[in-house]
Amino acid sequence: MGIADYFRERRSRRNSASVAKERLQIIVSHERAERGGPDYLPMLRQELLEVVRRYVTVDPDAVRVEVERDGPHEVLELNITLPEQSGSEVSTQHGG
Amino acid sequence: MARIVVITSGKGGVGKTTTAASLAAGLAKAGHRTAVIDFDVGLRNLDLVMGCERRVVFDFVNVINGDARLHQALIKDKRLENLAILPASQTRDKEALTPEGVERVLEELRQDFDYVICDSPAGIERGAHLASYHADDAVVVTNPEVSSVRDSDRVLGLLASRTRRAEEGMDPVREHLLLTRYDPQRVKKGDMLSVDDVQEILAINLLGVIPESKDVLNASNAGIPVVLEEDADAGQAYEDAIARYLGEERPHRFLEVERRGLFGRMFGG
Repeated sequence: MGIADYFRERRSRRNSASVAKERLQIIVSHERAERGGPDYLPMLRQELLEVVRRYVTVDPDAVRVEVERDGPHEVLELNITLPEQSGSEVSTQHGG
Repeated sequence: MARIVVITSGKGGVGKTTTAASLAAGLAKAGHRTAVIDFDVGLRNLDLVMGCERRVVFDFVNVINGDARLHQALIKDKRLENLAILPASQTRDKEALTPEGVERVLEELRQDFDYVICDSPAGIERGAHLASYHADDAVVVTNPEVSSVRDSDRVLGLLASRTRRAEEGMDPVREHLLLTRYDPQRVKKGDMLSVDDVQEILAINLLGVIPESKDVLNASNAGIPVVLEEDADAGQAYEDAIARYLGEERPHRFLEVERRGLFGRMFGG
């Protein structure tokens, strides 16, 4: 193993814990948002996914539904990611 | 009136039973009357880790079904007079634990003990739910590893919503983090999540950090709760964690790589 490989390996190894931390922070905050929200969210998400899939083929995780608190308001945020060839991301927001 | 403590994690194989055995033995050693219950119906293991597998006559399900009285099923530990073990049943019937039966047994144990430790099965299904439902305190056993941390967070969500304390609007279950199989050397290299990382993500009180140690396997091989092995680093870490649980302030040990002299580095393994 050359000295360059040695240092490359050292660097990539040093990163694995921080990659783990970053991935965990994202998934945990995502799951907590879902958890805190109303019970109908998973169902709403599933039905939206079915409607979208009548028109476009998308991944199961293409539809994201989140409820965020903004002072006295609750914001329902819908994020639908379309596949790349059919254009960029479509994003809709409703406050209520 | 006893406090009920659930040992839980979501993920399997992270050290729940090891922790239940050591927490129970440590509390008993500190003078508290302690009972420890194996909730893992179908897969009985706590008896083996505590070294009383040959003395099991009746089990948790026998008591629930009325086939045996609680005092007949409780096994008195031979080392510690304050310690009793209620073994799991090996029945394959998943419905064998009923919510009413569990409640009745826990209420009876509450009268005679100071602490009742519930060793939860892995997962978030029926058995795990029943083990945590009556808890006053929870020890969430976590490995510094992505799937374990994520599962612990799920479990924390359930403790906050699907326990008796949550449903009846009482003070919430007190949650404690116990990080096990910790390897400071790998943390230093950047290969393993650090205790600070895990605590930042889960954001609950840190009860203790148990180092990865051959003593844990040696102790379970012999049927001795590792906390009773006073020379073992893992045993000492459990003893610290128990003292903290009882309100004592103790600094965390075993978080740093052991310093070795030149001699040790040259000839050590």
